[in-house]
Amino acid sequence: MSNSNNCDNCPVHNKENLIKLGLNMEQVDYVITMAGNPNTGKSTVFNNLTGLHQHTGNWPGKTVSRAEGGFIYNEKRYKVVDLPGTYSLLSTSTDEEVARNFILFGQPDVTVIVVDATRLERNLNLALQILEITDRAVLCLNLMDEAKRNNIEIDERALSKELGIPVIPASARRKEGMKELLAAIEEVAAGKYVCKPHKIKSRSIKLNNAISSLASKLAEQFPNLPNLNWVALRLLEGDNSIIEAVQSGELGSINAGDSTVQL
Amino acid sequence: MNDTHLKERENILSEANKARWDLGIDLHDTVIESIYEDASRIARKAVKQKGEKAAYALDLRIDKIVTSRWLGFPIMFLLLALVFWLTVTGANYPSGLLASFLIDYMHPILKGVAASIHMPWWLDGVLIDGAYLAMAWVIAVMLPPMAIFFPLFTLLEDLGYLPRVAFNMDSLFRKAGAHGKQALTMSMGFGCNAAGVIAARVIDSPRERLIAIITNNFSLCNGRWPTQILIASIFIGGLVPAQLASVVSAGAVVGIAVLGIFFSLVVSWGLSKSVLRGEASAFSLELPPYRPPRIWQTLYTSLIDRTIIVLWRAVIFAVPAGIVIWLVANVHIGELSLAEYFIQWSNPFAFVFGLNGVILLAYIIAIPANEIVIPTILMLTVLITGANGVGAGTGVIFELNSVGDTANILHAGGWTLLTGLNLMLFSLLHNPCSTTIYTIFKETRSVKWTVVSTFLPIVLGFMVCFFTTQIWYLFFV
Repeated sequence: MSNSNNCDNCPVHNKENLIKLGLNMEQVDYVITMAGNPNTGKSTVFNNLTGLHQHTGNWPGKTVSRAEGGFIYNEKRYKVVDLPGTYSLLSTSTDEEVARNFILFGQPDVTVIVVDATRLERNLNLALQILEITDRAVLCLNLMDEAKRNNIEIDERALSKELGIPVIPASARRKEGMKELLAAIEEVAAGKYVCKPHKIKSRSIKLNNAISSLASKLAEQFPNLPNLNWVALRLLEGDNSIIEAVQSGELGSINAGDSTVQL
Repeated sequence: MNDTHLKERENILSEANKARWDLGIDLHDTVIESIYEDASRIARKAVKQKGEKAAYALDLRIDKIVTSRWLGFPIMFLLLALVFWLTVTGANYPSGLLASFLIDYMHPILKGVAASIHMPWWLDGVLIDGAYLAMAWVIAVMLPPMAIFFPLFTLLEDLGYLPRVAFNMDSLFRKAGAHGKQALTMSMGFGCNAAGVIAARVIDSPRERLIAIITNNFSLCNGRWPTQILIASIFIGGLVPAQLASVVSAGAVVGIAVLGIFFSLVVSWGLSKSVLRGEASAFSLELPPYRPPRIWQTLYTSLIDRTIIVLWRAVIFAVPAGIVIWLVANVHIGELSLAEYFIQWSNPFAFVFGLNGVILLAYIIAIPANEIVIPTILMLTVLITGANGVGAGTGVIFELNSVGDTANILHAGGWTLLTGLNLMLFSLLHNPCSTTIYTIFKETRSVKWTVVSTFLPIVLGFMVCFFTTQIWYLFFV
């Protein structure tokens, strides 16, 4: 054992640790979700992880509802939920609501944000919004092969430092970067990597005050909710679906770890 | 206890309401702006662009051509025609092979086995002459064209051509008062209408989504392509010399598909000017970069994902339909079978529309799956003309070794070019299959709109066939 190849010992390169489970998702240890802009390759990453053949296509808006699958990695069972691609989590179209509600109410253990490396700035808009809702995420910097073709270079370390989450370069169509992605997912899921997600900096003092005042009141009502500031901001903006969730107390039903919330 | 919680929650909401007034009406914009600001700052730190975006420039050049005002549509039609031509010419030979194996070879063996175990004649008829032959027919006719058509279509999709189609079509749909993304759901409908109806979820506005759902049936689905291709080969291809036949047949099928797009636009326009009144909403469509398709992966997924799944569905529906066909052809009341009663009764009505009773009965039996229309028509035609020497006997779906044999049967059944043409039109314009109807109900949750989506196309179909027939008689008879 001690003499064996280093790569075999390193968790990152131990491919044998991945067992694709397809649709078998019983007794999962962790729930992870794939989110990102349309046409960034979420479904391709999903297929690589689960061994399923969810139809992929080169056009935005192909995935309209959630797809689910599973895999085992290092003896832990994971359930993966593939969400429809969206440009933001702000507006109220059906696909954006599916994505937002799952990240908010489904409380996945890890959210894998799949971004298009050739359109990083636009993709970061969504990534930053996701980081406001959840603090456990991994950024999959997909389509690196195309970025290279377009002479784009990305400093992953700087990006990771700014966002406060692991950043994994990948080319999912060529199955590159998947092992590293799995390792990062495991670290975040198991709590070995503690994310310090980026919070939006350029906000007025007045707005920040209003947010923290509301958030402290929300904390009394919904003590286990991890994303109080975000909920407070949505209330301030007058987001109807969130207002209803507060009014009915539905927002609190996730406190008890109740996973049967209907989305 | 609950009351105090409720009150607390109301308090939070009223505080939010009050603060919202303090923060001003442009709050939403400033929130988004600050996100964009941070995103752009982070991107500046992390991204370095070395030199030219060579590949991107090429993409732009290609897009200039395929979305250009003059070349966009011709290129679209040419690509579509190419795909059909490859399907028409490529599917014929493997179809013949499958047919001779499943029917000429396997069917007598099964009959022999049934006889040797003394199976009662009616059970043998229902199972082997009904269920088995219907299934065999569907496999022989459906599998080869699907195995060619789906991978080709998926390659176009992988390449990134579909969003360009949507881009080209957008202005037309907008003029019709519908959403530009309807071009995408329409394209999905060319594969399967049920899938197209589900895909309409990408459209946000309920009004426009409803229009997209109602008009999706005007996209010829894979269950109807074989009908179109076969009838076009017999009646349209038969008009020209043999060398031109496949090109002309493919052209005719493209013509029907384009007519479907035309109806989709006209009906969308009609709906948005009447019961679903409203303005088209704007949307942004991202033209994704062209990506070299992964040929083997595409072949694999389109074969497994689409071809096998769609074929499986067709087989599942063909088995009970085969049983029904055998029964209506073999259950007699007095002199005539049930099928003959219906056909004789409906013939006068059907002739007005240039169709016949056989076609109407076939479309009733084929409500679960359009795939079995042609087998049903052939079987019923043999039954009423009493044509001998083909097939195995009364009420048996038989296989024909060539398109020529099929043509002979239909001509014997009194079919003319007009009947063929009307069948192609009616195949485009009739009620959706039962799966699609159920999907429409699930998506709209409305009996009213499900009924509209079901009957609107069939009313249109009868109108179009009626006018075609009357004009035909005016000029050619």
